[in-house]
Amino acid sequence: MLAINRKLLRNIRSMKGQTLAIALVIACGVAMAVMSLSTLQSLDATRAAYYDRYQFAHVFAGFKRGPRRLESRVEQIPGVARVATRIVENVNLIVPGLREPAVGRLISIPDYGPPKLNQLYLRRGRMPEPGRLEVLVGESFADAHGFRPGDSVHAILNGRLRELKMVGVVLSPEYIVEMNAADLLPDFRRFGLFWVPQTQLEAAFDMEGACNDISLTLMRGANEADVIRQLDDLLAAWGGIGSYGRSDQMSHRFITDEITQLRAMGLVTPIIFMSVAAFLLNMVMSRVIAMQREQIAALKAFGYYNSEVAWHYGRFVVIVVAFGVLTGTGFGIWMGHGLTAMYTSFFRFPLFHFEFDLETALLTAAFSVGAALLGTLGSLRSASRLPPAEAMRPAPPGRYTISFLERQGLDRLLPQTWRMILRQIRRRPFKTSFSILGIAAAAGVLVLGNYATDALDFLVDLQFRQAQRQDLWVNLIEPGAINVVHDFRHIDGVRQVEEFRSLPVRLRFGSRSRRLALTGLGPRRQIYRVIDQSGRDQPVSEHGLVLSEKLLELLNAAPGDMVTVEVLEGRRPVTQARIVGAVDDLSGTNAYALLPLVNRIAEEGPLISGVWMSVDHQHLDSVYTALKETPGVAGVSAKDATIQSFMDTVAENQLRMQSFVIGFAIVIAAGVVYNTARITLSERDRELATMRVLGFTRGEVSVVLLGELALLTVVAIPIGLGLGYGMAWLSSLSLQTDLFRIPLVIHHSTYARAAIVVLGSAVISGLLVRRRLDRLDLFAVLKGQE
Amino acid sequence: MSETIVAPPRRIFHAQDVTKVYQMGEVRVPALRGATMELFCGELVVLLGPSGSGKSTLLNILGGLDVPTSGTVMFQDQELTTCNDTQLTRFRREHVGFVFQFYNLIPSLTAQENVALVTEIATDPMEPADALGLVQLSDRRDHFPSQMSGGEQQRVAIARAIAKRPEVLLCDEPTGALDAGTGVIVLEVLERINRELGTTTAVITHNAMIAEMADRVISLSDGRISDVRRNEVKRQASEIAW
Repeated sequence: MLAINRKLLRNIRSMKGQTLAIALVIACGVAMAVMSLSTLQSLDATRAAYYDRYQFAHVFAGFKRGPRRLESRVEQIPGVARVATRIVENVNLIVPGLREPAVGRLISIPDYGPPKLNQLYLRRGRMPEPGRLEVLVGESFADAHGFRPGDSVHAILNGRLRELKMVGVVLSPEYIVEMNAADLLPDFRRFGLFWVPQTQLEAAFDMEGACNDISLTLMRGANEADVIRQLDDLLAAWGGIGSYGRSDQMSHRFITDEITQLRAMGLVTPIIFMSVAAFLLNMVMSRVIAMQREQIAALKAFGYYNSEVAWHYGRFVVIVVAFGVLTGTGFGIWMGHGLTAMYTSFFRFPLFHFEFDLETALLTAAFSVGAALLGTLGSLRSASRLPPAEAMRPAPPGRYTISFLERQGLDRLLPQTWRMILRQIRRRPFKTSFSILGIAAAAGVLVLGNYATDALDFLVDLQFRQAQRQDLWVNLIEPGAINVVHDFRHIDGVRQVEEFRSLPVRLRFGSRSRRLALTGLGPRRQIYRVIDQSGRDQPVSEHGLVLSEKLLELLNAAPGDMVTVEVLEGRRPVTQARIVGAVDDLSGTNAYALLPLVNRIAEEGPLISGVWMSVDHQHLDSVYTALKETPGVAGVSAKDATIQSFMDTVAENQLRMQSFVIGFAIVIAAGVVYNTARITLSERDRELATMRVLGFTRGEVSVVLLGELALLTVVAIPIGLGLGYGMAWLSSLSLQTDLFRIPLVIHHSTYARAAIVVLGSAVISGLLVRRRLDRLDLFAVLKGQE
Repeated sequence: MSETIVAPPRRIFHAQDVTKVYQMGEVRVPALRGATMELFCGELVVLLGPSGSGKSTLLNILGGLDVPTSGTVMFQDQELTTCNDTQLTRFRREHVGFVFQFYNLIPSLTAQENVALVTEIATDPMEPADALGLVQLSDRRDHFPSQMSGGEQQRVAIARAIAKRPEVLLCDEPTGALDAGTGVIVLEVLERINRELGTTTAVITHNAMIAEMADRVISLSDGRISDVRRNEVKRQASEIAW
C-alpha cells in the first residue's frame, strides 16, 4: 500500500468515533431512500403486473337491477374494450366465534371459467363445483378467522339463512385491500368477500338473467370521463348509482396513497440526513486540514501536486460516505423487507416480496458522495491552495471581538468561562448555526415521526367517540318506513335509537359535480353528531344543505348558493337546494339535512335507510340476535370492534416505524453533538489544558466544552419543535385526500418526548467527549504548537 | 563567634531521589534518574540544561502537573507525591503560577479577562488591572491575544500567573519563543516580580546567559542534577544579551 494511503487509513482510524457518527447519519438517509424507493418500485411494479395479468377493470358501476344484455349495450360505448356484468350483494354473516355481526359481499362469477374482468387468483383449495352453494373467500377474511378450504360460514341471503361452504381462498385485483368502501377503516374480521357461481347467486336473489354491477376496461387513449358520462346515462334507467374510475376505487386509491407517501418519504428524508452529514463532514474536514497544516506543507514540499493533496482528503470523505452507503443499503434492504411484511398484512397480492432496486441504490450512493464532496469543497480547496511555506508556520491565533451585548455591560454578569463560550459561538456563526440546525433536525424528525400517531388518535377520537357515538350501525336492505324505529327501540338492551336516511345523489354547481351520499338526520342528534374539528355541534336545517368545507371547495360553492341535486336512486328526481351552512370536518365530503328535506328531495314519504343505536354492553349479544332476526336488516356494523381491530393492526406497525424514527433522531442528534464536541475539544485542547494547569478542576474545564453544547442544544430544541410542526403541516397538506383530511394535531407529549430524546442523546454524547477531556495530556498540548 | 545570626532561608520545595520513567509503547524512557534538589523562599533559580535533560519533567513534577515514578516531593509541609488528582489541582490553584514557552493565552479572552480567568478561582488575588500594571500592560488590557506581540502576550501570561499571589512562579522557557530584545523585557518583568513580591521563581532555560540573573543555578544533564551553584555576582536582566 502507498504510504499516503496508509496515512489516510490511520487518519480515519484515529477519528473512528467521529467518522462512524457521520457514516451512521449517511446510513440512515440511504436506508430511508433504499427502503422507501425500492418498496415503492416493488409495490408499483407488482400492482401493475397484477392488474394487467388479472384484467383489473378501469371503470366500475353499480345499479339496482338490469338485464344481462346490458353488456352488449355498454360494449358499444366508444372507447370501451371489454365489459363484464355481475351480481354484487351485501349480506349479514354469521361467523362461528364472532360475537358481532359481520358483513359479507357476495360477487358472482361465471359457473365455468374465469370472469372476463377482475379475475381471481386461487391461493388455496379449489374452484366451486356447479350445482352446490360453494364459494371462494377473500384471503384477508379467511386469515383473520383462520378459515381453511372446507370450512363454512352462514349468511342471510334474501331473508333465508344459508350455509356458504368455502372451497377456495382467493385474491382479486379489485380488492388488494379487502375493505368496504362505506367503511372508514378496514376490518378484516367483520368484512368478508365471497365469490359465488352465477347460477347460485341468481337463484338466491331472484336475479335470473339479471345483474346489478358492471365493470369495464378502456381502449388505449379512450377518454374515461366520456365513457363514465355515457355509462351513467345508459344506467339511469336501471337505477344506476353513478359510475367511477380507478381513482375512486377504494383498493386502488388506498395503494396509490401509500405509493405517494413512500415517494415523499424516500425523497425528502434522505435530503435531511445528507444535509446533516455534509455539514458534519465539512466541520470534520476543516478541522483535519487545520491540524495537518504541517503535514500538508511537507507533502507539498516533497513534490505532491495540489490536486493530489486535495484528492488525498477527498478520499477520506469518499471512504466515510462509502461506508455509510454500504451500511445504509444493507439496513435499507432489511427495513424494506420489514415494510413489505407490514404491507402484506394489508395488501393482498399473489406474489409480493421486497425487491432491491440497484438503480435506486446507485443513484442514492452517487447523490450521497456528491452531497458530501460539495459539503467539503471549501476545506478541500483550502488544503490544495495552502502555500507550503505558510503551512510550515503554525496558524495564527483566532480573532475574537467583544460582542455588542457585552459592551452593554452584560460581561459583568458572566464568568470568564461563559465569555469564552459566547465568543467562540460568535466567532463561528456558520458552524454554530449548522450545529443548531442539525440538532433541530433531530427534534423535528421526532415530532414528524410521532405526528402520524397523534393525528390518527385525534381522528379516531373525533370521528368515533365524539361524532359517531353509536355502538351499532344498522342498515336496511332498502329504505323503509320510519315506524321500524319503534321495533328497534323495543329490543332489550337498546338504549337510544336515531334514524337516518342515506340518499345517493350527485350535487352540481356550475360545471362541477360530485357524487356522494346525502345524509338525512332526525331532530335529536345525540348519537350521531355533526361537529366541526373542534368538536362543536353544527346546526342542520330543514331548509337547506350543510356541506363539508372540502366539498364546498370541490364544487367551488359557498353557503347561500343553490345547487342542483340529482337523486341517483328511486325515481331519480332532479331538484334545487340551497346551501345553508358549512362544516369544517375532517373526513370525507359530507352533505347533511334534516330527514324531511331529504325525503322531499327524494320525492318519497318519510323513509329511513337505517338507524344508529347505543346499546347496553351487557346486552350486546341479545341485541345482535334480535337484529339478525329482524326482517329488512341488511347489515350491522359494530364500531368498537372495528376500531379495535384496526388499531391492533396499525399499532404494531406504528411501533416499528416509531422505533426507527427514534433511532434515526438519536443518530442525528448524537452525530452532531459528538462531532461538535470533538471538534471543539480538538480546537481548544490547548486552552483547556492551560486551564487545567492553572488550577481549574475537570468539572470547571468541562463547562467551557459542554456549556457550548448545552447552549446549542437548548437553543436548537425549540427550533426543532417548530421545524417538526412545519414538516407536519407540509405532510398534512400533501397527504390530504377527499376521503380524509389529516388534522394538524401534535400532542404535548410528542414535543416533550422529542425534547427528551434529543437532550438525552446530547448529554450522552457530551459525556463521551468529556471522558476524553479527562485523559487530556497536559504537557503534550502545552509543549508543542499544534 | 558573631552574634548576628542569619536566619536560614525557609525551604519551599524539596525533591528527594525523584525518578520519572515514561512508558512509550514498549520502551521505557527514563526522564529523571534520581534528582534531589531544594528551592528556598524568595529566590530566583534557573534550571539549566540541554533539551532532554529532564528539566521540564522536574518542573512539571514540582508544579503538580505530573507525579514521579519514585522519590518524594515536599511543598512546605505537604507531600505532593501522595496527592491525588483533586489535591494536585487544588495545590496548583492555590500556590503555583505557571508561565509557558508559548504563552497559552485563551484567544477568546482579552488580556484583562485572561488574568481574571485565574483571579476568579483564587482565594486572595490581586485586581487583574493591578497585575497588568505590574507587567506594564495597563493600556493593552482590552486587547485580544491576536492583537498583541509575542512579548506582550508573554507579559500577560506572567500577569495571569502572579495575579493569584502564588508562593512560586514556574516558568518553562519563557523566552523560548521570543527574540532577544523582547526576551529581555520579559526577564526584567520576572526579575521585578521576584524582587517586589518576593515570589519564589524557577525559570527553565537552555540558555546559559539567562542563568546569570539567578540567585542559584541548578544544572541538569541526563536526568540528574549535575551541578548547583550560587551566583556570586547576580546580573540584572537588562544586562543580559544573547
